[in-house]
Parts: sequence; structure tokens; C-alpha cells
Amino acid sequence: MTPVLEARDLAKTYDTGGAKVFALRGIDLSIESGEFVAITGPSGCGKSTLLNLLAGLDRPTSGQVWLDGERIDQLSETELARLRRRKVGFVFQFFNLMPTLSAAENVELPLLLVGRGRKEARRSASTLMSDLGIGDKQDAAPAQLSGGEQQRVALARALANSPDIVLGDEPTGNLDSVAAREVLTLLRAARDRGQTLLLVTHDARVAAAADRVINLRDGLVSDQTELQPARPVAFPFDGDSG
Amino acid sequence: MRPLFLALLADDSRYGYELKQSLEQEFGEMLPAMNAGQVYSTLARLERDGLVVGRSVEGDSRRKRMYELTEAGQAELSSWIEAPVPGARLKDEFFMKFVVVVAAGLAAPMKLIERQRREYLQSLRDLDAVLADGGKGPTAELMVEGAVLHLKAGLEWLDLIEQRLAVGAESA
Ligand SMILES: Nc1ncnc2c1ncn2[C@@H]1O[C@H](COP(=O)(O)OP(=O)(O)OP(=O)(O)O)[C@@H](O)[C@H]1O
Ligand SMILES: [Mg+2]
Repeated sequence: MTPVLEARDLAKTYDTGGAKVFALRGIDLSIESGEFVAITGPSGCGKSTLLNLLAGLDRPTSGQVWLDGERIDQLSETELARLRRRKVGFVFQFFNLMPTLSAAENVELPLLLVGRGRKEARRSASTLMSDLGIGDKQDAAPAQLSGGEQQRVALARALANSPDIVLGDEPTGNLDSVAAREVLTLLRAARDRGQTLLLVTHDARVAAAADRVINLRDGLVSDQTELQPARPVAFPFDGDSG
Repeated sequence: MRPLFLALLADDSRYGYELKQSLEQEFGEMLPAMNAGQVYSTLARLERDGLVVGRSVEGDSRRKRMYELTEAGQAELSSWIEAPVPGARLKDEFFMKFVVVVAAGLAAPMKLIERQRREYLQSLRDLDAVLADGGKGPTAELMVEGAVLHLKAGLEWLDLIEQRLAVGAESA
């Protein structure tokens, strides 16, 4: 089985004039179709950098990125944009919503870009937004929304096309536990439909929902954990009978 | 378990099996089958300490005993109710193991941390499945939510231990 997404010895160095920042220092990663993978690690360890490279939003200093058996790190911007529209949904850490469009229009955009009709796009957007508990915010401008609401709009936009791969950078980072659970439910449903999920998260509950948790440290993979299906929970009522 | 028994006896005297039934009703599946032996040995200890008295009931052919609170039992119950349970949890099984095993050089600290992180993550997954299932009742759900928060704290603590380890390694 070919992995749907692969990083080979991936490195990224930021050169800002002053000292160089070695954000990624040789990452090997292989994600199978339908897998739900979480990436965790301390702030600054390179999670967003990795996700951006995997999505073709930025280019590596060295190493390769393979998407669906195709090497993408050397493609042109146009080719990358086309590939992303077809295959990838991306939830940015800081949302990146179009400020001049309404919430619903933001969600419809990826659908319109692949040639869906306006009515159909509107319907899909509406359903998704309701599922995420922001059905009443469709006409609001992004600036009128709370952080958590913007985050859910960004998620709806990423899921709109039912992309093969959903990449999320802290998709529950601004949510309270109730909203986080709604988001998680939706993401699980996406996975159950066979979509591949790769989520950067600080939220242990999101990580625990994944099939595999990859821990990054200083630009390297420091640990990988395969989680088992949930085990039955025994409720030991503290055994002290004395 | 002892103060729970005292609380259940607060309003009325009861048979031992009634105490068991009340606890089962309150906690549902969270309570593993408590055998009659445990119930009666707890009651016997409470009686020995003068906190309850058991009386045989006239005309009850089963010769079961009915238990009620003594004044000392009342007092013990009141002070249990008034005192909050301790907030600081300085006892931690993993941490004691970690300190001793690492000091003796019996295992690599990172291996211990990683294994523990796995266990916490898997436990979190197990508990979330209980919540997703529903059907356990509100008391059980609250208890599980509490356990989830403790696990999240445990995971954060592992991160902190790991960070200190890295700092220690740098300055060494
Ligand atoms: N555009 C950039 N220019 C220079 N340095 C950058 C740039 N983007 C990121 N970095 C640096 O690269 C490192 C990795 O950053 P990255 O954003 O990938 O971290 P992260 O793991 O996503 O952190 P967080 O959890 O805080 O979001 C950091 O040291 C950061 O300062
Ligand atoms: Mg980041």
C-alpha cells in the first residue's frame, strides 16, 4: 500500500538574516490512507512548519514530500494549488479566513473553485456549519466572530470538498470543551468515511482520538505511539473497605 | 468506604444489604460487585470503633441485624462532611518510580516518560469512548470527566518532567 502522504528526510531552515533557525532537521513520515494521525510537541518544535510543507504551502530546504505517490515539493505554484484544491483541506492555526466574505461564503469558496453550483455549495456549507454549532453565523463577517467560531468556519471550509486529506493546525485550539467535542465528532466522522486526518494538537483529548501520535522535539521525531482501540474501563471503587 | 456507610445511616437505621443496595443505586456500574463479606466486615469495624451499633430485630426470623449511628458516629460523620478532601496530591506512583529507577540508573528516563505517556493517552482514549457511548448515567459521566482532567494534567506533568530533564542535560 502506498502511503497517501510521505515526508522523506525533510528539513527546513529559516534564514532571517541573523541566526539560522533549524525548524525541521530530517523528518521521515509515512501516512496511510484513512489513518488519523496526531502531531504533538512543545511550542516551536516545528509542527506548523511540517504541516505547511506537507500541504505544499511552503518549500523544504532539503528532502521530499510525496502526496498520493507524486513528489510535490518541486511542483510549480499553479500545480500545487490545483492539487490542494482537489485533495487537501487545510485548517490554519490562525484561520486565514477571507475578511471580505461572509462566514458561509468562506466555506463555499473551495466548492465553487472546483466547479460546484452555487445552490449546492450553499447547501453543503449550511449543513457543515450547523453540524459545527455555528449554523446561525452564516452571514457574519469573520471579524464579527469569536476565535472559536472563526476556527469552526475554517474547519468547515477545510471539510467542504470532502478532501482525501485533512490537515489541521490546532483545530480545537480556541474551543471550549463542548465545542471541541463537536469538532472531534465531525473529524471522527470524516475519518470513518475514509478521509485521512493529520492534526497538530496540544489537546491531549484530540491526540487520544488518533490512531497514531507522533511527538516532535527540536525539529525531529522523538516518539511515535500507536494507540489501540479503546479498552473497556473498569470502575474500581476505591478498594479501601477498612 | 467507612464515611459513606455513616452517611447512609444518617437518616435511618438500616440492614447491611440495604447499604449495599443504596451504594449500587448511587454509583451504578462504577461500583464493582461488592460482596456481602466486605459490607459486614466494614460494619463490624465501625461497630468495634463505637461508631455504629447493630441490633437484632424482634421477630425477624432471618436474624439480620439492623445498624444505626451512635453519637460518636454522628460526630465523625459531621467532621467528615465539614472537612474538604485534601487538595494537594503529592503522592504519585509514576513519579516515585521515576525518581528511584533513574537515580539507580535502571532505565533511561525518556523511556519511562514515553511509556507512561502512552498509557495516559490510551487511558484517555478508553475514557472518551465511555463518554461517547453514553448510557452510563450522569454520575458516572462526571466521574469520567474528572478522570479525563487528571489524565490531561498527568500528560502535562510528563512534558514538564521531560523539559526539566533536557535543561538538566544541557547544564550538566
Ligand atoms: N517564517 C519564519 N521565519 C523564521 N523562523 C520561523 C518562521 N516560521 C517558524 N519559524 C521558527 O521555526 C521554529 C518552528 O516553528 P513552528 O511554527 O513550526 O513551531 P510550532 O511547533 O508550530 O509551534 P507552536 O506550537 O507555537 O505553534 C520556531 O523556532 C520558529 O520561531
Ligand atoms: Mg504552530
